[in-house]
Amino acid sequence: MAAKNSESAYGWVAIALHWLMAPVVIGLFALGWWMRQLSYYDPWYRQGPELHKAIGILLLIALLLRLAWKFLNISPADVPGTPRWQALAARLAHGGIYLLLLAIMTSGYLISTADGRAIDVFGLFSVPASIQGLPNQEDIAGEIHEILAWTLMGLVALHALAALKHHFIDRDATLLRMLGKPGKPERQRSIIDEPNHESKHKPTQDLSASK
Amino acid sequence: MKKIAIFLFASLLGATAQAAEYVIDTKGAHAFIQFRIKHLGYSWLYGRFDDFNGSFQYDESKPEDSSINVNIDVSSLNSNHAERDKHLRDEDFLYVEKYPTATFKSTSYEPLEDGKGKLTGDLTLRGVTKPITIDVTHVGGGKDPWGGFRQGFTGSTEFKLKDFGIDYDLGPASQTVEMILDVEGIRK
Repeated sequence: MAAKNSESAYGWVAIALHWLMAPVVIGLFALGWWMRQLSYYDPWYRQGPELHKAIGILLLIALLLRLAWKFLNISPADVPGTPRWQALAARLAHGGIYLLLLAIMTSGYLISTADGRAIDVFGLFSVPASIQGLPNQEDIAGEIHEILAWTLMGLVALHALAALKHHFIDRDATLLRMLGKPGKPERQRSIIDEPNHESKHKPTQDLSASK
Repeated sequence: MKKIAIFLFASLLGATAQAAEYVIDTKGAHAFIQFRIKHLGYSWLYGRFDDFNGSFQYDESKPEDSSINVNIDVSSLNSNHAERDKHLRDEDFLYVEKYPTATFKSTSYEPLEDGKGKLTGDLTLRGVTKPITIDVTHVGGGKDPWGGFRQGFTGSTEFKLKDFGIDYDLGPASQTVEMILDVEGIRK
């Protein structure tokens, strides 16, 4: 499998980033929700937030790499026959997920660094505070962090349901190609079989995407 | 001339009819509302409320007539740790979203010897109003170098968190919080 994306397929870098980050995003949500209900004497009372913050910073690094990779690369075209509104909705949802992730991680950072403390990442390095001392910073950032996290989970559910719909109802290659498989040709309205197909959607221009 | 006469008459009336009123000097931050609570029973944790205002009445010749009113912005809690402060402000503890203000209104003052006294009043915290008694000591008073007149007191009291609806379990050694109160007032 190629590292880079092509017109019809995701490269392994995009696939690896997607599937590494997906369980971490959901896991961090679950951890964040769970750790707030722990009693003071719970062994996880201190470890939970430490872990949440450290993984959050690593996730932020992964997100920045992913966005950089996305902008340096082409995105595979929508499977042919995708209605225009669906293509637009998918694009909005993807953009929304990226924006929410950035906003959630920024607000989380602003909670923990509101008093000038740094965030320690497994003792490997620490991220220093920058913006601090805004009025009630930790409370406002906390409120935003929580609301956006729930919003993100809503969007993630929509994203996952849409992928399943593509796979089981439309029976197209949308989900399979994120799994690195070419898809089942007989079920696939894929451009792989139609090299000269006319897509309704403007393919992204990239000279490296040669057929 | 008439204005001055009225002013003099009014201040004379004020001085005889009631003790002088002092505004707590929060502007110059010569007043502190601090608390401390045991951490695990191993050490004392200190915090304070940064925003509050109030005034008191005090006359050295009639200390039994003293009284005080204080309003505290509970969200101004500061224990020098943002994550802890955030937790202390939420529902588990002070629930500042619902109960943003705490107040203390004195109901009586019992002077004792050596400038000490017992100040009783109603503390409203987290929506609960209960009487508490503060042990007060008059620290000092007199002219300040900038043309004003000041009086200062220190006081302390303690109460159970549960008495004010805070049920979060911090452990058996941390059921009671101590308040350490210092006020300096500037005479109006």
